[in-house]
Amino acid sequence: MIEKTRVSANFSSVPVVLLLGLLSLPLVLIYAYLFIDTISNSDAGSLVPSEFTLQHWSFLWETKPGKPNIWLVTLNTFVFTSVITAVILLVSSMAGYVLSRLNVPARGFFLAGVMVLHAFPSVTLIIAIFIVLQYLGLYNSLLGVILVKAAIDLPLGIWLMKGFYDTVPWEIEMAGIVDGASRFTVWRRLVLPQIRPAVMALGLFSFLSGWSEFILPQVLAPGAQVQVLSVYLASLIADDNNFDFATFKAVGVFYVIPVLILYVFFQKHLMNIYGGGTKG
Amino acid sequence: MRILLDKFSKSFGTTKVIEGMDLEVGSGEMLALLGPSGCGKSTTLFAICGIHRPTSGRILFGDKDVTGLPSQERNVGVVFQSYALYPHMTVAENIGFPLTVRRLAAADIRKEVAEIAALVHIDNLLDRRPSQLSGGQQQRVALARALIRRPDVLLLDEPLANLDAKLRLEMRSEIRRLQKETGITAILVTHDQVEAMSMCDRIAIMKAGEIVQIATPSGMYNDPRSAFVAGFLGNPPISFLKGRAEQGAFVFANGIRLSLAILGGIPDGTVLTLGVRPEHFGTSGDIAVDGKIAFAETQGRENLYDVILPDGSVLRSIQSVRNDVAVGDAVRWSLDSKAALVFAEDGRRL
Ligand SMILES: Nc1ncnc2c1ncn2[C@@H]1O[C@H](COP(=O)(O)OP(=O)(O)OP(=O)(O)O)[C@@H](O)[C@H]1O
Ligand SMILES: [Mg+2]
Repeated sequence: MIEKTRVSANFSSVPVVLLLGLLSLPLVLIYAYLFIDTISNSDAGSLVPSEFTLQHWSFLWETKPGKPNIWLVTLNTFVFTSVITAVILLVSSMAGYVLSRLNVPARGFFLAGVMVLHAFPSVTLIIAIFIVLQYLGLYNSLLGVILVKAAIDLPLGIWLMKGFYDTVPWEIEMAGIVDGASRFTVWRRLVLPQIRPAVMALGLFSFLSGWSEFILPQVLAPGAQVQVLSVYLASLIADDNNFDFATFKAVGVFYVIPVLILYVFFQKHLMNIYGGGTKG
Repeated sequence: MRILLDKFSKSFGTTKVIEGMDLEVGSGEMLALLGPSGCGKSTTLFAICGIHRPTSGRILFGDKDVTGLPSQERNVGVVFQSYALYPHMTVAENIGFPLTVRRLAAADIRKEVAEIAALVHIDNLLDRRPSQLSGGQQQRVALARALIRRPDVLLLDEPLANLDAKLRLEMRSEIRRLQKETGITAILVTHDQVEAMSMCDRIAIMKAGEIVQIATPSGMYNDPRSAFVAGFLGNPPISFLKGRAEQGAFVFANGIRLSLAILGGIPDGTVLTLGVRPEHFGTSGDIAVDGKIAFAETQGRENLYDVILPDGSVLRSIQSVRNDVAVGDAVRWSLDSKAALVFAEDGRRL
């Protein structure tokens, strides 16, 4: 899977590395300062930090007035993201199989419907969803916003899974059936393992998408008890009374850490979904 | 166990693939379904194992009607053309899968797998994955998986198509040995006539969804019911000559006559096709035929010649190796008239 970069004799990689390094220097600087600013104070107008401090990270151990506890918010975000990932994985892997393999009535209609839903800009639905949730009593609850986010992300997941199922040879299923396995066992034990890399990739993809979701929680679940990190972060700059840019940056860094960890460990799986390869 | 297809028909949408097929395979018999590509061999096989539902007709195993029975309850072992091994499982897990889904105890499964693996000579490969096996080894795994739960019926869909010539020869006798040892009723789908003739008790030749003849290999070879059957069996293939019957003789378009005793009783002027197998034309026979060698090929032990007759038609001849004739030579070889096969214009044997 991972291709080792080989240095060939007649091609030196040094100039390329230099050029790329130079071009990405501004980005690196921005990230470096984002981090440095959270653990230091500098004099106005100066780029060089003058003192080390942890005060900007104090949101971790003391709750700011008028704001929810950061750990509650983090927990909310994890619940929000994990449940969405689980729902998307469960539903897409089954629905994708059904659309790819089973002879269900109106299959063409469902396929087209999923496609249209995927292409549909979901933000335009937000007012309607708001009203529906309010009517159902799910407004300002994690459950409500989870349902909405999962529903909006599902078409892509289903479509992707269907594409991967299409590549699994029919004979494997026929063999399973003849060997005496039920259709469910065939799916669970024989077909699903063939597309494991895709399931992995979709899981990561959904996790990242849920983690970075802002608009839906902001509109549908803004309350202090159900806030997620992105909403918390936004509320920091929306607050005109005690505007604290360094804390904002610190929360930003805190917010991005899980994403970085995921990328470091699962980068290779994520490439799968973009490259479309199924070889695990 | 006996298999009986009773007026079995299958269509996909509006395409009729099989119509009203009757077929009986005796208990412990191995039958070959032989036919050109697209004639419905796989379709028939898939109907027998329950993957396709018949459009009409019945399928019986023994005396039991299994037409409506799902695949899972039919107890059939199938070897697919592509083998269809499960890539994510080891060889042992692959072979044991039919038992695993029946929730047998792990120890029993291990014992059965070891037994069947020894039978097909793959007991040293049990921990490998299918991708780490050669074609012949994969084929054995597929066979073992099909045999492990002692099926009533074994179905083989072109199991040797992906193997090289030598391995094919080896697996041919291997499969036949297993079939005899287990006494299982088997159907072999193939479009290779050599395979069908060497492995099976009887051959059913199919054409466009119909069985045109069922017979033992030698019966089919010596006594084909139609030109299609005669053309399908035999390697190198039979050659056909076109002409007319006239006073007990076969007359080519250009007037040259061959007097054949077997044409007695056929009305003058009947349009005929004469089938002559390559081994019946050459050094021995009762009628002399003039021609010119157009093509010669040595097959090691034997030589194969194409001889062009004056009217342009071609007779093939197979004889033991000789060096006295070459391409371009005019020859006068003899034809064994008693062995020639006579067909009517529509391909029926006369
Ligand atoms: N699912 C299907 N839908 C429509 N037509 C089909 C389907 N499966 C098979 N057919 C048609 O039925 C006919 C017979 O197919 P079948 O697979 O039985 O051929 P075969 O004899 O096994 O040929 P081969 O030797 O190439 O495997 C073909 O003309 C094929 O196009
Ligand atoms: Mg076929």
